[in-house]
Amino acid sequence: MASTPWLSLVIWVPILFGVLVLATGSDRNARLARWVALVGAVAGFLASIPLYTQFNVQTAGMQFTELHPWIEALHVNYHLGVDGISVLFILLTSFTTVVVVAAGWKVIEKRVAQYMAAFLIMSGLMNGVFASLDAILFYVFWEAMLIPMFLVIGVWGGPNRVYAAVKFFLYTLLGSLLMLVAFIYLYQRSGGSFDILDYQQLPLGLEAQVLIFLAFFMAFAVKVPMWPVHTWLPDAHVEAPTGGSVVLAAIMLKLGAYGFLRFCLPIAPDASHLLSGFMITLSLIAVVYIGLVALVQGDMKKLIAYSSISHMGFVTLGIFLFNRFGTEGALVQMISHGFVSGALFLCVGVLYDRLHSRQINDYGGVVNRMPLFATLFMLFAMANSGLPATSGFVGEFMVIMGSMKVNFWYSAAAATTLIFGAAYTLWMYKRVIFGKITNPRVEGLSDLSTREFLILGSLAVVVLAMGVYPLPFTEVMHSSVANLLSHVAQSKLKGA
Amino acid sequence: MTTMQMLYLWVPLSPLIGAAVAGLLGHWISRRLAHSVTILGVAFSFVASLVIFLDVLAGHTYNGTVYTWLVAGATPLHIGFLIDRLSALMMVVVTFVSLMVHVYTIGYMHDDPGYKRFFSYISLFTFAMLMLVMANNFLQLFFGWEGVGLVSYLLIGFWYTRPSAIYANLKAFLVNRVGDLGFLLGVALVLRQFGTLDYSAVFAQVPAATHVAVTLFPGHPWMLLTVISLLLFVGAMGKSAQFPLHVWLPDSMEGPTPISALIHAATMVTAGIFMVARMSPIFEWSDTALSVVMVIGGITALFMAFLGVIQNDIKRVVAYSTLSQLGYMTAALGASAYSAAIFHLMTHAFFKALLFLAAGSVIMAMHHEQDMRKMGGLRKYMPITYGTALIGSLALAGIPPFAGFFSKDAIIEAIGHSTLPGAGFAHFAVLSGVFVTALYTFRMLFMTFHGSPRMDEHTRAHLKESPWVVWVPLVALAVPAFASGFLFVQPMLYGNYFGSAIMVQAPHAWAAQMGEAFQAHGGTLGAIAQGFFSAPLWLALAGIGTAWFLYLKRTDLPARIKDRFSLIYAILEHKYGFDEFNDWFFAGGARRLGGVLWRWGDVRVIDGFFVNGVARMVALSARFTRRLQSGLISHYAFAMIIGVAALIWFAKG
Repeated sequence: MASTPWLSLVIWVPILFGVLVLATGSDRNARLARWVALVGAVAGFLASIPLYTQFNVQTAGMQFTELHPWIEALHVNYHLGVDGISVLFILLTSFTTVVVVAAGWKVIEKRVAQYMAAFLIMSGLMNGVFASLDAILFYVFWEAMLIPMFLVIGVWGGPNRVYAAVKFFLYTLLGSLLMLVAFIYLYQRSGGSFDILDYQQLPLGLEAQVLIFLAFFMAFAVKVPMWPVHTWLPDAHVEAPTGGSVVLAAIMLKLGAYGFLRFCLPIAPDASHLLSGFMITLSLIAVVYIGLVALVQGDMKKLIAYSSISHMGFVTLGIFLFNRFGTEGALVQMISHGFVSGALFLCVGVLYDRLHSRQINDYGGVVNRMPLFATLFMLFAMANSGLPATSGFVGEFMVIMGSMKVNFWYSAAAATTLIFGAAYTLWMYKRVIFGKITNPRVEGLSDLSTREFLILGSLAVVVLAMGVYPLPFTEVMHSSVANLLSHVAQSKLKGA
Repeated sequence: MTTMQMLYLWVPLSPLIGAAVAGLLGHWISRRLAHSVTILGVAFSFVASLVIFLDVLAGHTYNGTVYTWLVAGATPLHIGFLIDRLSALMMVVVTFVSLMVHVYTIGYMHDDPGYKRFFSYISLFTFAMLMLVMANNFLQLFFGWEGVGLVSYLLIGFWYTRPSAIYANLKAFLVNRVGDLGFLLGVALVLRQFGTLDYSAVFAQVPAATHVAVTLFPGHPWMLLTVISLLLFVGAMGKSAQFPLHVWLPDSMEGPTPISALIHAATMVTAGIFMVARMSPIFEWSDTALSVVMVIGGITALFMAFLGVIQNDIKRVVAYSTLSQLGYMTAALGASAYSAAIFHLMTHAFFKALLFLAAGSVIMAMHHEQDMRKMGGLRKYMPITYGTALIGSLALAGIPPFAGFFSKDAIIEAIGHSTLPGAGFAHFAVLSGVFVTALYTFRMLFMTFHGSPRMDEHTRAHLKESPWVVWVPLVALAVPAFASGFLFVQPMLYGNYFGSAIMVQAPHAWAAQMGEAFQAHGGTLGAIAQGFFSAPLWLALAGIGTAWFLYLKRTDLPARIKDRFSLIYAILEHKYGFDEFNDWFFAGGARRLGGVLWRWGDVRVIDGFFVNGVARMVALSARFTRRLQSGLISHYAFAMIIGVAALIWFAKG
């Protein structure tokens, strides 16, 4: 079994199924398209499970590696592998794809095949990003996944979808062009290699490191998104269909943070240390500033989008603390945020499907009609507020502990999320769910269908399990994180 | 796992199972099954707690891990139990009051459509509270801490269609979060310094860290243990509603009365007191922290008592009384009289839960009327409720031999002995508080049960004693409200009951001196006799007398006093203006700032100037360069000539 190319499977199974779904053609075959898509998503998820069960937690090295020459003239290889930093994201991506296909089951009625195919293909491409060990392969997956997301927002999105889609596309494209420049520079310096692992060992002077860091920074900071290059996200979320928002929040944002861990820290460790104060400052601005901005949003999706930015601030903060609590906390926060923000967007989707409004003011008293929904929504709201025994607590707690080791005030600023996070989440919850029914349309709401219940319920189980017993999630990371941190602690300047 | 260890585990688990059954299966099970399962769970917890308590008295303490929650680097974080004299006592108190409240709820929530949900919540609360008191580490303490906060939030907002209830629960949660912020930072500082969150490992290292300084502001190094203590205490201020984070507790009365008794009087709000007592090995090293604790406690004890005097809502009187009594406990902590604080915590849990449940019984009989101005003369209709409420009131006012007398006297005396800065003020505050306490307590008792009935005819015709499920818990609580003082004062307060569970530095050992005096003066009976020669008892009697005079004898006087001192009355009416200030400054300020950051920062500057500005720049330059593409050969030829000329010039240079 060891020779089974699991990573290729998690990339290509969803993509192949995506092509298959496209082949079902027009909406007359919508039913077939849905089922093929579900089978493809489940198959992709099943293929990702061995990555966890057969994962060797003892080693920091790359596992499940596959290496085949691709463009031999340029030494570009089809080189895949995962370590403790990337493996969980592949599971998250594959799981989320199942959720998204199920969530779009009834809601999407136009161009069903294309919609489902977009998500399946996107899933394979994102897995490709997490699994790539070759810079060009990484870049190809990185850019390619923009296309299905661009289409998802631009075709199935809301009224202002074109502005949002173009903004999303240009923002992220501009960022990633500089990344390509950095890759070409590294290719030259390394004597003709596109292997990411080679770059990590490459001795580089401080100036070169800073330039490389900044080039990567442009690509990844936009993706995370970090303040002040975050403004594409609320627009993209508001216009995207529910499934698009879920994938965007649950996985795409993580790609930026993953990039920092995979490229910036190991390739430019001295620059990372030099610029850590800058990065931490931006992260803390994201936590506090964006937390306050989230408070005044009247649109639920925008509020959760801002909440995402604020939570991702914790991730980038954790990464640039350079200690175990910080880095592992950042990883846990990313995984948890994938489930929690995904679930919150699904909750908004449940309401939107019924009332076609995302405005908080159009709701109120929903609990009177949808008690089951209100209960699950409460759980996710509490997880978003970082309540212990939910996954939302674990990452925040670890990052706060980690930042205290560096500086009291970092920790204090980060911990304000205890107040702001609870304030904007629960205030929204209060206005939407509690109270008397004032809008007559709320009167007609029906509670969750079995399909919706199964989707949200399974997320609820994961959120609770990860909060009560996070050990299995973090065990996977230990070796790789320890290795990364010891690598970052060594200066590259002496060898340059 | 030994039998006892199994038992430890089942103490919190059985209410959790009850909560899960009543909550998750609520759709499919009957009301009867819902309350049976939860009551059975809590009853089991109570019996098990008693067994454990006796086992601990026999000398069997326990400190061990249940499972490893997380490992970060070399730091494992566990879920585990510390069963010692402090936690065993708390377990008994919590499960006993919880059991009483569960039974009472059958009657109180009888007609409520949320019956099963309510039982699920209070069982869940019991689970979280037990996890809190049984924790052997800071992490699990925080778990329980936030867990009880969550259930408190859910229960204050139990009647979720009421605007006041859903305002109050959000407020309670957020104010508590302010406290939690401090608490979590304290925990983080502990982890940074000691590399572990296990109590015993941390406490063992504390004496070696007394000279460690931490510089939060450049040029001002502070003692690390002081900073840790103060941060942890901020958490206690939130949870135990100490000034200025007290604002959420009065509003929490929007919840159903049983939870006011269980959560907002007897158990959850005492979590802060318990925590500080648990952390005594840290607090004891910092006189600064103890001083702050004592002064905050003193302020809360006195100024919240004043507010109790002008309330007309029966539950709010009890609520302000709770605030004030929590202030007593806090002040006692500051005077290193941890055993007195915990002793008062226990007696208070009994008599305050009793008073709340009695108030609830009255409210039921009055058809959910809470205004005491519309009550009066109820003692004829509700003799059991009256009798038990009287016992609770006497205990609260501190009349011997009722429970409150012993615990409150000990607190006042300990603070009197304290030599820390602020002790003088705190002593004055708790001493004068005794008069105020007796005044508002008996004002409430007289206005409710004595005098002439003031309710409408319809209500009056239907007045009757509450059903047995309501009055049995009242009686069951009245017994310890009466007897727990003189029964336990000797062993618990002066018999070194807590032993190593609580640490007191030799210079702060005032309670031990009091113990010697106590033994020398003839023990419990001697203490009662002594009471008649000390100020607190006479102050309490004066308070009762004043209440009698104002609310039974000369009922015209209160209105005249109100007119005469209208300014003071207005200040009290507005609760010193905290709510207005917080709403305007913090809640409103955050929204205003958020609005500015959003509309200016995001929309105008980042998007308006930079993002869309770049787009406009591109459009502008395109408009310009488009003109160059005129399509006329002559233009292109001209451009070429200039280009060639420039090239030649460059080549030459």
